[in-house]
Amino acid sequence: MIFIVEAPQFNVLEHNLVPEHRLLTKEEAQKVLAKLRVTKDQLPKIRRSDSCVRLIEDIRGQPIDEGSVIEIKRNSETAEVAVAYRLVIRG
Amino acid sequence: MMRGVSKRIGSIKFACLSPEEIRKMSATKIITADTYDDDGFPIDMGLMDPHLGVIEPGLRCKTCGHKVDECPGHFGNIDLAMPVIHVGYVKEIKKLLQSTCRSCGRLLLTEEQAKEYMASMDQVEDLGGDSIELRDMAKITAKDAAARMICPHCGADQLKITLDKPTTFREDGHKLTPKEVRERLERIPDQDLDPLGISPKSCRPEWMILTALPVPPVTVRPSITLESGDRSEDDLTHKLVDVLRINQRLRENRDAGAPQLIVEDLWELLQYHVTTYFDNQTSGIPPARHRSGRPLKTLVQRLKGKEGRFRSNLSGKRVNFSARTVISPDPGLSINEVGVPEEAARELTVPVNATKANIEQLKIMVKRGPTPKMENYLPGVNYVIRPDGRRIRVTEKNAETVAETLEPNFIVERHLQEGDVVLFNRQPSLHRMSMMAHTVRVMPGKTFRLNLCVCPPYNADFDGDEMNLHVLQSEEARAEAIILMKVQEHIMSPRFGGPIIGAIHDHITGTFLLTYRDTRFDKGQALQIMAKISNIQLPEATIKDKSGKQYWTGKQLFSLILPKDLRQTFKSSICQKCNVCKKEACENDAYVRIKNGQLLSGTIDERAIGSFKGRILDKISRDYGSDMSREFLDNVTRMAIGAIMVKGFTTGIDDEDIPEEAKRQIDAMLTDSIDKVDRLVAAYHNGELEQMPGRSMEETLEVMVMQELGKARDSAGQTAGQHLGIENSAVQMARSGARGSMLNLSQMAGCIGQQAVRGERLSRGYHKRTLPHFEKGNLGAKAKGFVINSYKSGLTPTEFFFHSMGGREGLVDTAVRTSRSGYMQRRLINALEDLKLKQDGTVRNTADSIIQFQYGEDGVDPTRSVNSKAIDIDDILYEVLGDEADLLAKVEDKKMGGYATVEKDLMETFDEDAEETAEEPEFESGGEE
Repeated sequence: MIFIVEAPQFNVLEHNLVPEHRLLTKEEAQKVLAKLRVTKDQLPKIRRSDSCVRLIEDIRGQPIDEGSVIEIKRNSETAEVAVAYRLVIRG
Repeated sequence: MMRGVSKRIGSIKFACLSPEEIRKMSATKIITADTYDDDGFPIDMGLMDPHLGVIEPGLRCKTCGHKVDECPGHFGNIDLAMPVIHVGYVKEIKKLLQSTCRSCGRLLLTEEQAKEYMASMDQVEDLGGDSIELRDMAKITAKDAAARMICPHCGADQLKITLDKPTTFREDGHKLTPKEVRERLERIPDQDLDPLGISPKSCRPEWMILTALPVPPVTVRPSITLESGDRSEDDLTHKLVDVLRINQRLRENRDAGAPQLIVEDLWELLQYHVTTYFDNQTSGIPPARHRSGRPLKTLVQRLKGKEGRFRSNLSGKRVNFSARTVISPDPGLSINEVGVPEEAARELTVPVNATKANIEQLKIMVKRGPTPKMENYLPGVNYVIRPDGRRIRVTEKNAETVAETLEPNFIVERHLQEGDVVLFNRQPSLHRMSMMAHTVRVMPGKTFRLNLCVCPPYNADFDGDEMNLHVLQSEEARAEAIILMKVQEHIMSPRFGGPIIGAIHDHITGTFLLTYRDTRFDKGQALQIMAKISNIQLPEATIKDKSGKQYWTGKQLFSLILPKDLRQTFKSSICQKCNVCKKEACENDAYVRIKNGQLLSGTIDERAIGSFKGRILDKISRDYGSDMSREFLDNVTRMAIGAIMVKGFTTGIDDEDIPEEAKRQIDAMLTDSIDKVDRLVAAYHNGELEQMPGRSMEETLEVMVMQELGKARDSAGQTAGQHLGIENSAVQMARSGARGSMLNLSQMAGCIGQQAVRGERLSRGYHKRTLPHFEKGNLGAKAKGFVINSYKSGLTPTEFFFHSMGGREGLVDTAVRTSRSGYMQRRLINALEDLKLKQDGTVRNTADSIIQFQYGEDGVDPTRSVNSKAIDIDDILYEVLGDEADLLAKVEDKKMGGYATVEKDLMETFDEDAEETAEEPEFESGGEE
C-alpha cells in the first residue's frame, strides 16, 4: 500500500517532549529584543527547516521569514517554566 | 617592572601572502643550499645568512643591529624557478577551478544568480551567522556554479576538473601544470570572488600558487652545536636545503633547454619538497625522512596535536615560582593551611615593594641573605631588583652591602613566610576545587602537609601523591585568591548542594567513639581530648560517681565545638531504618538531636560531619558562613584525633573471627544452596523448569541460580554479621561510614559469593567449561564461579582463578572509564570555556551571543542551592515552627529521602566505584545500598 502524505501526519507540537513554540509578531519580537537589550544576531538560532517551524508555517498558511523570532516555553526541572527565544535562520 | 596595557589588540585578520609581500618582507634572497663555509661562518644568501637574525650570543643582527633576544629575526625568501601549489590551499583551488570558466575566468553563474547568492550571504551575516556558516554557503555557491557546463558569459564548454591527491589537477584526464592553474586563477575577476567567500583584498586566488617561498628567521629554526663540535640543523633547515637544491637544478635544466620530461620530473620533485615542507604527513605521498629514518617535523607538525604549539605551549605553559613534592597529612593544620618544607620556602619568593614604612624590616631580611642559619625559620632574600630593572643576586657575602644600598622603590624578593597566600593543586584538575588558595606554614621535612579534610576535593591520598604549589606574585592576585579561592570558600560543592570538604576515615571513627551511647571521660581524658582546641573551657561535669570523681560525657565534649545556637535533628549513618522511629529512645543512638548547640542524643558519624554527606557541616556553612565552618572543621579534626587517641583504635584480621558454630551454620547453608542449584540444573535438564516470561530456558536457569546464590551469600553474610557486634572495630568503621562496608566484612568473614563478568556467571575459557577441573557442560555453582570461601578462610585454586577473572574485569573497566571520561571532559571544557555569566543573568559567549536566557533556567547558583534546589523549605519550617513534634517527623522523613539522592550524584558514584574496584575488588551482582 502506498500512502500519499500531503500534510504531516503527526503534529510534533503535541508531543509531550516538545516544548511550546510560538511565533512572535514583529512588535512582540522588538519588545523582547529591547527587554533583553540584544540585537537579533545575538539570539540563539532555529532553522527554518526545523519541524516545529515548518508546522507553524503550515498552521499559519504563510511562510515564516528568516529573522522572525520564535518563543519557546519549556517546562524546566529547576524553574517551573523557562522561556527562550530563537531567531529563525535559513536552512 | 612595567605593568598595565601599553597596546590593545583591536582585531586580528588572517590573509594570504602575495609574492610581492613575501619579497618585500624578505631581508635577503636565499640562493645557495650551503649553510656554513669551511671556517664555520654562515654563507651570505645561504639559509643561515646573518641577515635573518641572530642565534649566537654576542653577535649582532645584520638587518636590525640588535643582539640575541632583542632581534625578533627576519624573513628571507626563495624565488622558485617554477610555480608550485601550496598544499594547504588545494581544496580552495579545486573549488575555484571548477566554478569558473576555463577560457574567460568568470564565475559560472549569471549576474543575477551571483547577486542572489550574495544577498543571502549578507542576510546570514546580519542574523549572526558565523564564519563556518558563511563558508558552507560559499561551498554551495561553488557547487552550483560547477554544475554548469557552459559559461553564461562567453559560452565556452567547460571540462571536468579533478584533483589527483595531493597536488595534481587534471582536466578531462590531462594534467594541468601549476603554471596553467595559476594562469586560470589570475583570470578570475575580483567581483566574482565575493560570492565564493573570498575577499580579493586579502587574497587573490593566484597567490595560492607559490612563486616565492618565505624562509623563516633562524630564530625559528636554530641550529644546535653538539658536544663534539658538530652542528646539527633544525628539521626546517634540512627541508629548505632540499627545496633550494632542487630549485637550483630545475632552474639550470630549464635555462639550458633540457628535455621537457626532465624538467617536469624536477618540477614534480620541487612540488614534493615544498609540500612536505608545509606538511610532512600529507596523505598520498611518503613523508620526508631524516638520514636516521625519523620523519621530519615540518611546519604543520610543529603546530598540530598534543605536543604542538597550541596545546603544549599556548594552552599550557610552564611557570616560575612553583613547587612540586609528595604530600603527607597533618591534622594539626587548619584546612586553609599548607605545610611547606623549609627547603622549598627558601627557593620560592614573594616580591615586596620597599617603602618608607617597611624598609627597615626589609633591610634586616636582606641582611639574612639567601641561607639564614637560625634555629627557627625566618625569611631571607634571594634577589633585590633595583628601580632600573637590574636584578642583584643576594649572596652570603654581599648581603650586608646590598642591605645598606636598599632604598624605597626597590623590589625585594623575599622567601616564603607564614601566612603567604599560595595556590595548591593536584592533577587531574577536574573541577574548581582542584586548585585552591592556602596560607603557608613553613615546616621542617621534605613534603607538603595538608589537613585531611581537603583530601576529598583534591581526590588526594598519601600513597605517594604529589601536588603543585604556586606562589602568588601580585597584590591583586592575592586579594582575588583570598576572596574567591580560599579552601573555606569551597566547602560547599557546586556539583551538588552539599559539603565536599569534611571529615574522613579516622575523624569519623573518632567522633563516633566520642559520642556513641554513654561514653564518659575523667578529667585527664577530657582535657586531652580538648587539648588542641583553643577558645573552649572545660564545662561543669555531668556525672559524679560515689567517690566524688567527676566525669564528662562524649556528647558534652562534642557540644563544645558546636555553635551556641545550633538546632538540628537528623538520623545518623548507623540508623537501621526501622519502620517506626523511636527517636531519642533509639537503641542504636542514631537519632541526632542538637538544641542550643548541645548534642542531646545521637551519634556523630559520617552523616553529621563526613564529606559529601555531613549534615551539621552543611548547616553550619549555610547559616554561619565560611569562617565558622572552617573553625568547626579544624576543631572536629583535632577533637576526633584526641578522642581516638584516648580511646585507642585498631583493626586486624581477628576482627573477622566468628565462632565455630557460626562457621558450621554458614557451611551448612551454603551446601544447602549449592544442592538447590544442582536441583535447579537437574530440573533444567529434565525440562521441568518453569520458563520465565520473556526469557529462554537457559536464561531462566541463570536467573534462578543467580538469585539462589545471591541469597546464599547474603544469608552467610548475615549469619557472620550477627557475631560481629558494634564493639568490633571493623564494624564500627563500616557502620559509622568511616571506611569499608558491611558487604566487605561479610566477604571477609562469611562468603565471597558469585564472581561475574559482564553481569553473568563465568562461562568462558575452555570448550563448554570454565576450567578443565570440571566436566563439560557442568552448570553447577562451583563450576561457574561461585566462591564458597571467605577472604579469611582462603580460596581454593579454582576459586582464586575465578576471583581474578572478575577482578580483571574491574581493572579493565576503570582503565577504559578514566580515559574515556578524560576525553569527554576535554571536549566539554573546549566547548564551554568561553561562556560567562553576565550581570543581567544571561549566559553568553565571547561573541556576546546568548546561550541561556537565565543561568540554569532559574538563575540559582548550585553551590548555594540545597541539594540543587533553590530553597530548603523544610529548614525554613524548622526555623519558624521549632519543636512541633509531629510536623518535624514528617519533615524528617522527607528529608532523609532527599538526602539519599546526594549519593546518587554521578561523579561521586564514579569516584567511589573506581576506588572500590581498585582497592578491594568485588564483583557480585547486587551490592549494598
